[in-house]
Amino acid sequence: MKRSNKPIFWALFGAGGMLSALVGPMLIFITGLAVPLGWLDRETMRYERVLAFAQSGAGKLAIVAVISLFLFHGCHRMYHCLHDFGIHVGRGLKAAFHGFAAAGTVAAIVLVLAV
Amino acid sequence: MTRTIRIECLRYHPETDAEPRLQAYEVPFTDDMSVLQGLQYIKDHLDGSLTFRWSCRMAICGSCGQMVNGVPRLGCETFLREFWPGTVRVEPLEHFPIVRDLAIDQSDFLAKLESVKPYLVQKAPPAGENTNLQAPEEMQAYYRYSKCINYLLCYAACPQYGLNPAFTGPAALTLLHRYNADSRDAGRAQRMPVVNQEDGVWGCTLVGYCSEVCPKDVDPARAVNQNKVNSTLDYFKHFLFPRAKEKS
Repeated sequence: MKRSNKPIFWALFGAGGMLSALVGPMLIFITGLAVPLGWLDRETMRYERVLAFAQSGAGKLAIVAVISLFLFHGCHRMYHCLHDFGIHVGRGLKAAFHGFAAAGTVAAIVLVLAV
Repeated sequence: MTRTIRIECLRYHPETDAEPRLQAYEVPFTDDMSVLQGLQYIKDHLDGSLTFRWSCRMAICGSCGQMVNGVPRLGCETFLREFWPGTVRVEPLEHFPIVRDLAIDQSDFLAKLESVKPYLVQKAPPAGENTNLQAPEEMQAYYRYSKCINYLLCYAACPQYGLNPAFTGPAALTLLHRYNADSRDAGRAQRMPVVNQEDGVWGCTLVGYCSEVCPKDVDPARAVNQNKVNSTLDYFKHFLFPRAKEKS
């Protein structure tokens, strides 16, 4: 019996699901609503502060984790939804979905290191 | 009080019929009559050629699983009064080949059941003991999953099994888990290859309908998805220590 390689993608999917459930809504609320609408101090998202965050080691890690794991979670979910809807995509589209998430991860790492 | 209900049964005799058809019967029933009793009335009084499986009449034998108005249910536990004045449509469980009328061919499931070694692979008792004792908490780890009686409602409910019959499926994977989770068992290493393959737990996309239709509250979706975690741990363990002997 051949061992499936799904555990790699499922682990990334699971980690992304956990992270998006825990921090996703609050990230959207803070960065998308609360700060722009002035419910929170606008200084919270001042350029210098965000830059300093992106330049710190922990900040870089957090940014890459959020971008990469969210992408892997979403791509895995979309891939399986297509299957559940009766659209049986082959290996090509599976590679494209996970490749997109991998490319996003590489881009996030490169850009975050360049800050 | 006796009322009359219309029961439509799927009829199919593979050797003589080109394709399945629905046949309707008008069946007198009382409030305490089940769908199974309706079928028995048809066989005894209206049409002796109707074929269906049944045994215990009390939801313990695992024989009378059928599609009742499109939902996988037990004929003996589903009452005709629920559908009156409407019609009851009884069809064989989905995703299985028909032997005749409402009786399905279970061979595929039975082969899968055998592949998961659904029995205790005896663990050597501790030194000085001649038996493996088990604490109540240890029994709780698997008790729920041991209540499965192979009605196969979960296979009729599972869209993945319908799309890909090679998928090991909910009941077999649940019974696999039932023995892996048993503290007296030493068969885990023999069962993990079934879990780890593409058609093992990875064939499941957690639709969850299997747990919804299970009449014994076994929750196969939970058992299968606990094993996604187990399979992932097993995968990375194998990746890090490829030559480590699989421990049970």
